[in-house]
Amino acid sequence: MKTSPSRLLRPSLLLCGLTVAACAVSRGSEGGAAARAGESVQVELCDGETKLALQSAPTTRAEGQAAADAMMASWKAKNLDKDWEQAVRSRHWIAPMHDNSAVLTPGQGAGDPGRAFNERDLLVWKRETERTVLEGARIFHSGDELGSTIAVSCDMCHPDAANTHPETYPKYQTQIGKTVLLRDMINWCLQHPVRAEKLAEDDARMRSLEAYIYAQRTGTPLAYGKH
Amino acid sequence: MTIRSVETKYMERREQLMRSLMNLDRRTFLRVSGAAAAVAVSEGLGHAHSFQPVSVTGTGRAGEVTPFGFAYISDSHLYERKVNDRFIRSLLRAVDDVNALDPQPDFVLYGGDLAQLGQPGEIDLGAQILKELKAPVKMMVGEHDWYFDLGEKWRSMFGKDVYSFDHKGIHFVVLNSVVEEDFWTARGLTPMERMKTVAGLDNRSQSNFQVGPAQREWLQKDLQPYPDDSPVIVFSHSPLYHLYQAWNFWTIDAPEVQRILSRFQRVTVVHGHTHQLLTNRIGNIHFHGLLSTAWPWPYAPQGLPELTIQMNRPNPFNPQDGCGDGRVEVHPDGLVDKVYDLWNRNSVTVAREYLTSNGLQKRPAAANVPTY
Repeated sequence: MKTSPSRLLRPSLLLCGLTVAACAVSRGSEGGAAARAGESVQVELCDGETKLALQSAPTTRAEGQAAADAMMASWKAKNLDKDWEQAVRSRHWIAPMHDNSAVLTPGQGAGDPGRAFNERDLLVWKRETERTVLEGARIFHSGDELGSTIAVSCDMCHPDAANTHPETYPKYQTQIGKTVLLRDMINWCLQHPVRAEKLAEDDARMRSLEAYIYAQRTGTPLAYGKH
Repeated sequence: MTIRSVETKYMERREQLMRSLMNLDRRTFLRVSGAAAAVAVSEGLGHAHSFQPVSVTGTGRAGEVTPFGFAYISDSHLYERKVNDRFIRSLLRAVDDVNALDPQPDFVLYGGDLAQLGQPGEIDLGAQILKELKAPVKMMVGEHDWYFDLGEKWRSMFGKDVYSFDHKGIHFVVLNSVVEEDFWTARGLTPMERMKTVAGLDNRSQSNFQVGPAQREWLQKDLQPYPDDSPVIVFSHSPLYHLYQAWNFWTIDAPEVQRILSRFQRVTVVHGHTHQLLTNRIGNIHFHGLLSTAWPWPYAPQGLPELTIQMNRPNPFNPQDGCGDGRVEVHPDGLVDKVYDLWNRNSVTVAREYLTSNGLQKRPAAANVPTY
């Protein structure tokens, strides 16, 4: 079994759900002769499938939020592995992400408004980055998601991504015959010990695997070329 | 290639001969002695008398051991053939290795994790392959054999998971050290979900291994008739000490088990699960790990015992590197040399003197490609 595109889309659905719901609602309230006449307004989630009929377009933030929450609840009911992030966290240790709270010092951003950060920025950074890392952890531990034809997954030789040494790339790998990056070694492992098809360099699974492996080695100094 | 001196080769041949003489009747004994003397002279190894055995160790009394050897194979993690035949071929290689040993070992310890997901088909397949061994097999259970049906299939094939026996003056104990507290009922996990949870070495959503109070009580009683100077060898799947909890390189109640064993002057614990060269000593207890036939584990990021001389980091480009099987040579004093027969590499011997001297004597060569 391979990862279906819809599975990879899910993480982003959770976040964009709120935004898109709000957009859909605002379109409804602007355009709406129908809405003004008190007829129902239909709003739609960014999956293009989850829809919600409202008596009238929401006029307050709270009403918008309620509509978005209702659609997300309905989406979650249809997607049983919705709590996959929590499940991955309960199974696997993830190295803690860098603490960015230092950017919130008083007076920060003065003279550089583009760098005026708030708690929300930090939350978005953390949530989005960790989601990619968690996605990588899930794939790393699943022969099915890696596409292994012999039920072998990365963690069978690399528990907690030990012995992966992402900090040593690029390095010349005689057996591969060129200077390789981490992704080349991941692909070598996929083709040989894991017996899977190799991944395109921009494949979402490759990006997640790299994210997890780098994350687990946080704090280790770079040492490119090291054998 | 190992370069061995003339003296070393001589001592090895002598030791091998001595071992083969132990079970001979008097007439055959004299014939072999004569032949050995002739061989020694022809090879220029000194005068004939130096190579003639002049005494044979007696048997029967407590603490008096007839030297012998046993072999081990461990952690084969078999899937059924239609899923994966790589691990099957590795186990076959180990069986060939052991069958080629001359002299044959007195028995073969199977160190646990014969199956990968505890499936009846995996355990059947493993049992079928192990039947090919010429020497008798002593089975030990691992967590991969256990957590699909809580050992039902394994016990139906191999009998008790906890037992003991005496062999040539040594008391052997086989434990089931992979008992976990029930984490599955409350979560409503299916047998396969439970199995897959335990099968993940770095899966934190399981409990830790333990021997448990019932087995500890059994152990206490089992050891009772043996005086303190009896040599004891214990087999446990997980290390009977605390190394690295997150990977279950750890047995929760290991300190209690050590306490039960501590009255004996000579105790050796041989364990699987860690898939690597691993050496430790706590008091009078010597600990040795076993190699896996399926894949090597990295060394744990912390907790490595001081006496462990790491094996080289496995080379991913060299199939089966870091895997293998091995032997245990039991000496007249009841202590053992642990031999790691690594595939594609030289064997490594961790001699008993290395442990008794706390690492001062017979230190094995250090890795030049260590874990980092």
